[in-house]
Amino acid sequence: MPADFDRRDFLRLAGVGAGVVFASGLAGCAARAGTPSADFHFVQLSDSHWGFNGPAVNPEAHTTLARAVAEVNALTMQPDFIVFTGDLTHTTDDPQERRKRLREFKAIMADLKVQDIHFLPGEHDAALDRGAAFQEFFGPTHYSFDHRGVHFIALDNVSDPAARVGDEQLAWLAKDLAALDKDAPVVVLTHRPLFDLAPQWDWATRDGDQVVAQLMPHANVTVFYGHIHQEHHHQTGHIAHHAATSLIFPLPAPGSQPRRDPVKWDPAQPYRGLGFREIERHAGAGFALDQHGVTGA
Amino acid sequence: MDRRLLITGCAATLVALAARAVAQGGEARRIPVVARKFVFIPNEITVRKGEPVVLEFTAPEVAMGFFAPELGLRALIVPGAVARVPWTPDRVGRFDFLCDVFCGDGHEGMNGHLVVQA
Repeated sequence: MPADFDRRDFLRLAGVGAGVVFASGLAGCAARAGTPSADFHFVQLSDSHWGFNGPAVNPEAHTTLARAVAEVNALTMQPDFIVFTGDLTHTTDDPQERRKRLREFKAIMADLKVQDIHFLPGEHDAALDRGAAFQEFFGPTHYSFDHRGVHFIALDNVSDPAARVGDEQLAWLAKDLAALDKDAPVVVLTHRPLFDLAPQWDWATRDGDQVVAQLMPHANVTVFYGHIHQEHHHQTGHIAHHAATSLIFPLPAPGSQPRRDPVKWDPAQPYRGLGFREIERHAGAGFALDQHGVTGA
Repeated sequence: MDRRLLITGCAATLVALAARAVAQGGEARRIPVVARKFVFIPNEITVRKGEPVVLEFTAPEVAMGFFAPELGLRALIVPGAVARVPWTPDRVGRFDFLCDVFCGDGHEGMNGHLVVQA
């Protein structure tokens, strides 16, 4: 199976209906010895920046997240679980305001029908207090879990304001990976790109190369991340990296202009560039990504 | 004489004197830069190709970063200390730099340029 293929091909293979978009290879058959891999799907949400105030880029900042929640709830097939890849809230210097935003964000998330949600921090949530407030609401900033034969690893590359994963977490990652077969399907969730996407815009992880080096011996690895507020697809060797859209404002294409200023709101096309994705796992055939927009309805 | 011309002339003379001092074994020109929320002061720094300089960063508020990816220059700027970055430009051009230590709401716009003249 090629590394990337269209979701229509995926759905045809899977015997399902028509769809759109993109897919990523991840053809391993077992996460751990004796654990068969099975079909499932999950949803990725990212970068809602709850608390952001900027009418020029999103005059509907106070409703956009709730709209996305309603649209996830309206999916015909509800996901097995949901991942939220960071920047849940917009940064603030005030620790009490940070907690207020996290509390309000969590209350909106409580409206999701599916309550198996794996949260990751973004630098806006965690960099100013090294993840302290985030952990009060959502627990550890890095962890792993297994689902239907796929091993998921959530990495924190934001609690260090200098965007390092750090030696301690790298050692934890090595131990976590050591327990896996080399052909086990692995999904890495993180906020920042693990490769140098646009260092001049701080779109990188300072020791991301050490993470990728640890992942390289594993044959079936896919990375889902946020931070850059747009879809982006990149390969480092056999490892696919997929960036997600935001739920607050889009950002320009990597390095396409001198400054990474948010894309202005277009009243003729409200919510353009915002959305979430469904990620479908088909054992032996990889992942299919299905992008959904946020609508004003 | 026009005041701007006078100032420009003085600046050029100072650069020339500094370059001569270095050529005669003097110290590299020191360029102080303050990293505040959310701006570098100055945010445009002009030097001459081949002129040894030391960028001297201070951050009076919180920890900041200096990173010029195309030039491979990087420093952590901690309040209470001076972060010194020695540099002898070897090519003419305009090079971006940014704060690469997240410092708050406005961090994303905290950047500047190093301008290297012939």
